[in-house]
Amino acid sequence: EVDLEERLSELDLRNDSDLPDVPPPTDSTPEILKRALSGLSARWKNWWIRGILTLAMISVFFLIIYLGSFMLMLLVLSIQVKCYHEIITIGYRVYHSYDLPWFRSLSWYFLLCVNYFFYGETVADYFATFVQRREQLQFLIRYHRFISFALYLTGFCMFVLSLVKKHYRLQFYMFAWTHVTLLITVTQSHLVIQNLFEGMIWFLVPISSVICNDITAYIFGFFFGRTPLIKLSPKKTWEGFIGGFFSTVVFGFIFSYFLAQHQYFVCPVEYNSETNRFVTECEPSELFQIKKYSVPPLLQAVLGWETVNMYPFQMHSIALSTFASLIGPFGGFFASGFKRAFKIKDFADTIPGHGGIMDRFDCQYLMATFVHVYITSFIRGPNPSKLLKQLLILQPEQQLSVYKTLKSHLVEKGILQPSLKG
Amino acid sequence: NLQESESENKLDGETASDSESKSEFGGSPAVPTSDDTPEVLNRALSNLSSRWKNWWVRGILTLAMITFFFIIIYLGPMVLMTIVMCVQIKCFHEIITIGYNVYHSYDLPWFRTLSWYFLLCVNYFFYGETVTDYFFTLVQREEPLRILSKYHRFISFALYLTGFCMFVLSLVKKHYRLQFYMFGWTHVTLLIVVTQSHLIIHNLFEGMIWFIVPISCVICNDIMAYMFGFFFGRTPLIKLSPKKTWEGFIGGFFATVLFGLLLSYVMSGYRCFTCPVEFNNDTNSFTVDCEPSELFQLQEYNIPLVLQSVVGWKTVQMYPFQIHSIALSTFASLIGPFGGFFASGFKRAFKIKDFANTIPGHGGIMDRFDCQYLMATFVNVYIASFIRGPNPSKLIQQFLTLRPDQQLHIFNTLKAHLVDKGMLGGLEDA
Repeated sequence: EVDLEERLSELDLRNDSDLPDVPPPTDSTPEILKRALSGLSARWKNWWIRGILTLAMISVFFLIIYLGSFMLMLLVLSIQVKCYHEIITIGYRVYHSYDLPWFRSLSWYFLLCVNYFFYGETVADYFATFVQRREQLQFLIRYHRFISFALYLTGFCMFVLSLVKKHYRLQFYMFAWTHVTLLITVTQSHLVIQNLFEGMIWFLVPISSVICNDITAYIFGFFFGRTPLIKLSPKKTWEGFIGGFFSTVVFGFIFSYFLAQHQYFVCPVEYNSETNRFVTECEPSELFQIKKYSVPPLLQAVLGWETVNMYPFQMHSIALSTFASLIGPFGGFFASGFKRAFKIKDFADTIPGHGGIMDRFDCQYLMATFVHVYITSFIRGPNPSKLLKQLLILQPEQQLSVYKTLKSHLVEKGILQPSLKG
Repeated sequence: NLQESESENKLDGETASDSESKSEFGGSPAVPTSDDTPEVLNRALSNLSSRWKNWWVRGILTLAMITFFFIIIYLGPMVLMTIVMCVQIKCFHEIITIGYNVYHSYDLPWFRTLSWYFLLCVNYFFYGETVTDYFFTLVQREEPLRILSKYHRFISFALYLTGFCMFVLSLVKKHYRLQFYMFGWTHVTLLIVVTQSHLIIHNLFEGMIWFIVPISCVICNDIMAYMFGFFFGRTPLIKLSPKKTWEGFIGGFFATVLFGLLLSYVMSGYRCFTCPVEFNNDTNSFTVDCEPSELFQLQEYNIPLVLQSVVGWKTVQMYPFQIHSIALSTFASLIGPFGGFFASGFKRAFKIKDFANTIPGHGGIMDRFDCQYLMATFVNVYIASFIRGPNPSKLIQQFLTLRPDQQLHIFNTLKAHLVDKGMLGGLEDA
């Protein structure tokens, strides 16, 4: 019996009343707002704060979209670092491990390593022409995996050397916590950036759909909510869930229609080595050209039209919105379960009225991966610039034989005219 | 006193038993040790004292494992792949079982099913990625396989998502924290065990020598470091493993490099070890037949002046691969042990003597494979960085799926590059 008690206590699995050391929630609302709203009751004040902050966040979002792809990349990176920081801080509090030797340096070091690895894999492809010109960069790119692995190994060995007799278990827990957090936050953020490079529309529509689903599910639940959805989040209701689903699909459909018209959103982001900037200019692919679709007889009666002009992308947006409404909430439930498991109200107090960055992004989790998998499976084949990069690394004899194979293939298909001159 | 020290130590997140123990494990171990030795051995060794008996059991089992290793090498790549797969599953099972014991979570609803389900998903994903590359022609022929391979990532992701949603739906009010711990435990274990095993299979397909030499170097380092430590050991190496010594470490390093050189020399002479494993569509079996690459052709090397006086030769005939084997052996001896220290730390952290009792005298499968951890990744990264570039046939396959305008663009860029390098004349040649 004593042994069991001891074991349960060492694992922080004491009964529910035992809270970890959570600092009291700080009110990070700016002074201005407080004074402006001082007249209202506490409940309305909370509403107003949430509302104002929501508008503020959406405005920042629009501003950054206007500023372009590079700023968006920076934004994604900052959010990733902040989410990582929030989750790691929770780990410190749960395990009382502020004083663990080395641990904080190691966590940040691993974050740096994994980011270095991923940026090298993605960014290098897009900046191929930029990289070709500089010798040192070429070396870094060619041996990129080896260098990343060596960096990671250094961190691993430092971890092993930092193991201290009294704190073994704690250190292993934090090591695992760090790795799972990296898996969640860093991979997602890099997939977001890859989606972004495919075309800003692939970045905007999914994120907006998730946000729309959040808001409309809340509104439908507020007005019509009756049947609880899941024990994990008692405020969610089936009415909100279903209402949110339909609104999000409609929203995604309409939003895509507007975005698909502008080259700025639709074209893959490319790096122009002459002007040293990102450009989004291209011939819009057929996904973004209006086509005539026949309305199925069922809807014809409802809508009264026989055909409709739509972008093919809008069909894809239905898939994206459906995922955002049906599976996205599971990311939210996962985060709710996590917060209950570790008895925290919010991930952090960064945004007044909303909690931490992670609180806003929990439903986005999985969305980025879904969009990326969707794009690679259904939209485009392999990445041409990556393919080119690999071709250029081959041995010269291999390049020559590949060249001959490609040429015969292209001539066969009639894409290339056989000619005597190069 | 126990109560006092317990409450003091609670602040550090450890228990009283951590500080009071002088031996490796205080308090009762989570997994009761059972004597797994087969009856035969027990009777044969019944006369010896228990210390010698332990030695003999370990020695016999070591020889048994090495013999088994040789047998499966003889049986070929398919059997090797199957063995790697079984070892992976057993390691996963051992680590997950430790998790159950640590967290008393046998009764958690769904949890065991979910762990095995995630193992299946991740394996499906990795096998799909590898199999598609190596069995390309076979896959293209069969219609269902072709569809499975075309939408492979989507299918794998959908399978994973199902597991994720099941996990969320299975969260039970009283056990949230436990369930999240086990979820994290499962994912870290998958990361460690499954990715390593798939990298091993990649290395295997590169040529059996890339599978055998690294694994043998790690085993050799284990044995040699032990022997050097036994005969000459004096200065302790690391607090984590008190039995390891600097003499063992350094002696093991030199012995392993030498062993690697010799083993590579012997193996480079045989095609069945040096050729990439390929799948023959006509015979529907694996073949290892090829023109050995220049890595495996004898070359004359000049011995650096320093060694000339020692060795007495001016030049030596060696395979270039032997130079690479020095890199592999060095990694196995210097960094490989960190995998062992990691596992030792893990065992101390969770107060277990061994991962399991599968192998008498040695512990679990994971105990034998802890130093192999990282070796497979290193070999894979090494091969990808220094030995071979991307696979040309794979690149051609990818090229064929692009749009015509993309194909033209790549073709023209490649042509310009080749003309630049002088490999293509200005005129088009056949």
